[in-house]
Amino acid sequence: MFKRLRENPVEAVTITVDGSALKARAGDTVAAALLAHGVSHVRTTPVSGAPRAPYCLMGVCFDCLVTIDGVGNRQACLEPVRDGMRVETQHGKRKIGS
Amino acid sequence: MAGLSRSHDVAVVGGGLVGAAIAYGIARAGRRVLLFDEGDMAVRASRGNFALVWVQTKGLGLPDYARWTVHSSNSWATFATELASETGIDLHFQRPGGFHLCLSEQELEARKQIITRFHNQRGGTDYRIDFLERDDIAKMLPDIGPDVVGGSYCPLDGHVNSLKLFRALHLALSRLGVTYLPNHPVTAIGRRGGQFEISTPHGTHDAGKIVLAAGNANQALAPMVGLVAPMKPERGQIIVTERVDPFLHFPLGTLRQTDEGTVMIGDSREDGHDPSGSNIAINSVMANRAVRMFPKLARLNVVRCWRAIRVMPQDGFPIYDQSESHPGAFLATCHSGVTLAAAHAGTLARMIVDGRLDEAEVGAFSARRFDVQAVA
Repeated sequence: MFKRLRENPVEAVTITVDGSALKARAGDTVAAALLAHGVSHVRTTPVSGAPRAPYCLMGVCFDCLVTIDGVGNRQACLEPVRDGMRVETQHGKRKIGS
Repeated sequence: MAGLSRSHDVAVVGGGLVGAAIAYGIARAGRRVLLFDEGDMAVRASRGNFALVWVQTKGLGLPDYARWTVHSSNSWATFATELASETGIDLHFQRPGGFHLCLSEQELEARKQIITRFHNQRGGTDYRIDFLERDDIAKMLPDIGPDVVGGSYCPLDGHVNSLKLFRALHLALSRLGVTYLPNHPVTAIGRRGGQFEISTPHGTHDAGKIVLAAGNANQALAPMVGLVAPMKPERGQIIVTERVDPFLHFPLGTLRQTDEGTVMIGDSREDGHDPSGSNIAINSVMANRAVRMFPKLARLNVVRCWRAIRVMPQDGFPIYDQSESHPGAFLATCHSGVTLAAAHAGTLARMIVDGRLDEAEVGAFSARRFDVQAVA
């Protein structure tokens, strides 16, 4: 769906998404890495369970919430990827333990 | 003007939870009701409340208030079911019982004294309040922190989604044919030919009876019908977190998890009637106490804080009154518009329809109690 503008030779970073390895590029936000990988949605909403994907990509809409390294409801569009980062998609409400 | 051409049986002044609940009860009895409300710039106490249906220790100093509160609490389930069937809105009323948690031995001792005084008070409804040690509390609230030393539990306590209550009441009013007039602050109340003549900046309306249910504004309105309503508004602050999976299955007086998963932290008190802004130092104390009660809360993001006005009669107890000089004029004002909504929509509305407040039911709540000469 989304395509990168050009294949720059940028340092590759590996993150895991729900346990599977995903190759991203240094400088990507988590949201950009997920979208570039063709992820259709990153969470379901706490009340109705509707699927949500990164939308505004500038920290405003809070639709891109994911669990990063065990902490829930992080804004994927504001977090740069780091090698070894663990990203989990969210289903419904955040767990208070995460 | 529309109001003059169509006569109404009862005018209710105040579109918040107290006015709306009374108007709902009167309209259900088949009376034609006119409901006056202010605009959105008014102090909207009913939009900012904490949403407890709370019984525990209410009525210390006025046993009738304990009885009236228990009566409303006992009527709440039926009230919620009726409103839901009329509007399709689930109010999420739950009555699992509620806790008051103590964070030090001093707090525990103070709480014990309050409960002992409450049980020793004669003339009210002596319902159960259990005093629990930390280990017993942990069986029901497994996430409590090490600072919780004990607390009290009352099986009659509950909570509700008060915004849904508000929405359901107004939807029901509209379906019952109540004429709702927002942006119509009442500026004068007169009498003409057995009718009340109610003035607003947008014209004058007539009604056979009038009920003043305008919260703290009742202080200014009451003298227009020969009554008094001494009020002392308070400010309270509330902190709201992001939504999380249910972990707290009982409400506390200061903390609860809503049906939609947010955690609300509240119950601060300061004098004053300016609801703007928020005192960060107060929020900090509230958040700190909440985290000591449930350490897991420290992981949550806060999404919103607000400060709102508490409607509060000067002595903290409700005022229900009927006018001697202006027969057909009633007054209702109280702090607990959520807890007492069921009693207002039921018992109180029926008394107003019948034209007389029952002395045995609500006589203790007359503002005559503030008249020191008469009481002495």
